[in-house]
Amino acid sequence: MSDEQGPPVAPERDAEGLVSPDSPQFQVAAKHPQRVERTTAVLFLASLVGFVGFGIAYTQNGSTQWLGLTIGLGMLAFGFAMAAWGKFLMPRGPFEEPRAPMATTKEEKEAFVSDFATRGKVAVERRSFLVKLMGAAAAILGIVAAFPLIRSLGPLPGKSFYKTAWRKGSYLTTIDNRRVKVGDVEVGGVLTVFPESDVGGAISQTILVRPQTTAIVTKPGRESWAPQGYIAFSKVCTHAGCPVGLYEEQVQQLLCPCHQSLFDIYAGAEPIFGPAPRPLAQLPLFIDSSGYLRAQAGYDEPVGPGFWERGGTT
Amino acid sequence: MIDNLFNWIDDRLAISRGGRHLLNKIFPDHWSFMLGEIALYSFIVLLLTGIFLTLYFVPSESSIVYHGAYLPIDGQHVSQAFASTLDITFSVRGGLLIRQMHHWAANIFIGSAVVHLLRIFFTGGFRRPREVNWIVGANLLILGIFNGFLGYSLPDDLVSGTGIRIAFSILESVPFAGSYLATFLFGGNFPGNGAIIPRFFIIQVLILPLAILGLLSAHLGMLVRHKHTQFKTPGAREDNVVGTPLWPTFMTKTLAFFFLTTGITVLLGAVAQINPIWQYGQYYPWKVSYAVQPDWYMGWLDGALRVMPSWEIHLPGHMIPNVFFPAVLLPGITFTVLMMYPFIEERLTGNVAEHHLLDRPRDRPVRTAFGCAVFAFYFVLFGASATDVLANYLNLSLNFVLWTFRILCIVVPIVVFPVAYKICKELEGVPEGGKRKVHNLIVRDPAGGYSTIPAEEYPGYESIELEPVDVEKVESLTAAAAAKNGDGRTEGVYEIPREYR
Ligand code: HEM
Ligand code: FES
Repeated sequence: MSDEQGPPVAPERDAEGLVSPDSPQFQVAAKHPQRVERTTAVLFLASLVGFVGFGIAYTQNGSTQWLGLTIGLGMLAFGFAMAAWGKFLMPRGPFEEPRAPMATTKEEKEAFVSDFATRGKVAVERRSFLVKLMGAAAAILGIVAAFPLIRSLGPLPGKSFYKTAWRKGSYLTTIDNRRVKVGDVEVGGVLTVFPESDVGGAISQTILVRPQTTAIVTKPGRESWAPQGYIAFSKVCTHAGCPVGLYEEQVQQLLCPCHQSLFDIYAGAEPIFGPAPRPLAQLPLFIDSSGYLRAQAGYDEPVGPGFWERGGTT
Repeated sequence: MIDNLFNWIDDRLAISRGGRHLLNKIFPDHWSFMLGEIALYSFIVLLLTGIFLTLYFVPSESSIVYHGAYLPIDGQHVSQAFASTLDITFSVRGGLLIRQMHHWAANIFIGSAVVHLLRIFFTGGFRRPREVNWIVGANLLILGIFNGFLGYSLPDDLVSGTGIRIAFSILESVPFAGSYLATFLFGGNFPGNGAIIPRFFIIQVLILPLAILGLLSAHLGMLVRHKHTQFKTPGAREDNVVGTPLWPTFMTKTLAFFFLTTGITVLLGAVAQINPIWQYGQYYPWKVSYAVQPDWYMGWLDGALRVMPSWEIHLPGHMIPNVFFPAVLLPGITFTVLMMYPFIEERLTGNVAEHHLLDRPRDRPVRTAFGCAVFAFYFVLFGASATDVLANYLNLSLNFVLWTFRILCIVVPIVVFPVAYKICKELEGVPEGGKRKVHNLIVRDPAGGYSTIPAEEYPGYESIELEPVDVEKVESLTAAAAAKNGDGRTEGVYEIPREYR
């Protein structure tokens, strides 16, 4: 089709070869400019109405929808008006401007470089000792200036990734500061618990479930850890630290909602699905003589996601 | 009045010296050049709406008893950050509109930057001399994503708090320095000592926006220096730029575009709910939010976290945690390769010449196929961020959905590459492909027969191509007209011919 259009039409030129303002390139793009003008006027009017409407809506304490629809439609009308103006009522063009290659010429480069080098030479010649000293001082400034910038921000990690607030004998405590007693959790029940000293703590949070009424042995050496079917795991996911909050009773699994890792309760919260790489730490429990659920000891491994110094233990 | 003012200023700042040249700057007419403009204008909307929000938002994690306009949580303990966001939403007049506009604008900003990136990539707009501008652009994208993440983390709601928790774990996972980085930034092990929201705030409202403004100035400065690239339309050559001049045509059009972008953002803010934090509630570290997705531009990372197998590397006394691979290594590689791409291509093709004329994607089948395959990979990751939602919705097992995505991650790019390549090759053979066609009308005559005739012109358009006029010549034309008029007036140039008046 475009073959039939013929070559591009050149602008008209006068005797001196200058482009004439009568060339089609200088004419407006619209065939019927009055029509476009009319449309544009209507659009501007509509925008005006929208903006006034916003003023009214605002003073009347109008809803978000009224506020937004008035000013938003006003802006759209304004935008379309400007677009019609720019597209149809302006000289059609196209116009062109020349472009030189970006790369500089050899002479330009040489002139710059030689200026730079000769002047620089005057400044530093036979003063290489000064240059070195200056460099050393500046480098040290750079390093020490970073100290307050970074080091002041927070404490060293220290042991904070290794320890929770759970200790030998800690009572299992609910978020509203109630100590958990035998019978508080039915079979199939689930409860988030904390040590008394850190209720609401993000790192100490622990999930207590009760799959059955008899003791559960998840791994050798953990024979006494889950008396009467009460079993507790760190609630901090070993993947990226979300709270592992969903207990699926039928399959006795814990689900982390963030990336759907599944942990098998009877297997000591071994991850069986999803990206979590390590089991949740298990909290050894005992039931004291008054019937309170308490920790035999703190967690025997760092809880939560991995970090460089954590070592290769699982 | 105006004349005097202009003269006064011009005599002191010499605007007319060189300013005339700026009026003549030529902007190509292709629609795809508007993508960068959308990004630019949504950034302006972000700045304006963001300033409004800072006047009311309280960046503090300290707890207060809520007695605001949102009655369902009356009397509960919430953080000041959360409470003040609710106040903006329910008590500040127009506050919800501005809040939602701000959030929408962030999504549009990053979205248009990504599409803009794709257009530059597929047309080869990154080639010499624009490699540096490509790198600046990539950094704009990175900063934009960071700023967006920090922004939606501020209200301290359940969804964003979960995101911050994951961010902590990602920082913590960095080999050697991770535990230090994380405790320094948060002021201790998670959730830190109350420093994180104030810190995110200052980074989000001051540091990153300034960095973006700086890079943006460099981006647009280089654009002026290089002048625009252009497609191979009639008259377009390596040594010119064809299009519309800055004043008045482009100015009018781009102003129109600013208003359209802003108008759409306002409408979205008015009718499309976004981030209803009052439904999520205050963040508590032990509370679970189920089936919540991060903002879309974090989706590929979320997806990567999900499809990553449960591996980690154990070394004597040390480890490289699982999240390091999808959440640190993958984005690290992604953005490094992105920034290096112009040089990779230069190395592979040996083509180191300056290019100001753009490629049609089909004319570079290998690049196009590669780009499609890579993009498809990230698209699959993005889809993988919805594994749980999909499993629920389609009634499939999570296991099945997850494995499907793990396989798709590998298979889709491998399939997309040859398909895209083949399509390019097919299109390459179509000689007229890509040129503007004259539309045809199918008409039915009274006897019931059908025939095609060329359609009437698009209103206001003629199908004839016009040869570009040199703007410098227009300057001489202005001079000629001034000389003819004898008194410096420049009538006769850029004038609407009389019969159209
Ligand atoms: C994040 C916000 C960004 C903004 C506001 C922005 C804005 C712009 C604008 C207005 C233009 C000129 C018109 C156009 O070609 O669209 C442009 C050109 C360009 N942008 Fe961006 N951009 C952004 C991000 C990016 C990204 C992510 C890349 C690539 C990694 C990029 C690479 C380029 C290049 C190479 C050009 C020159 C292309 C040409 O001359 O045709 N920009 N940008
Ligand atoms: S944080 Fe639990 S699966 Fe990712």
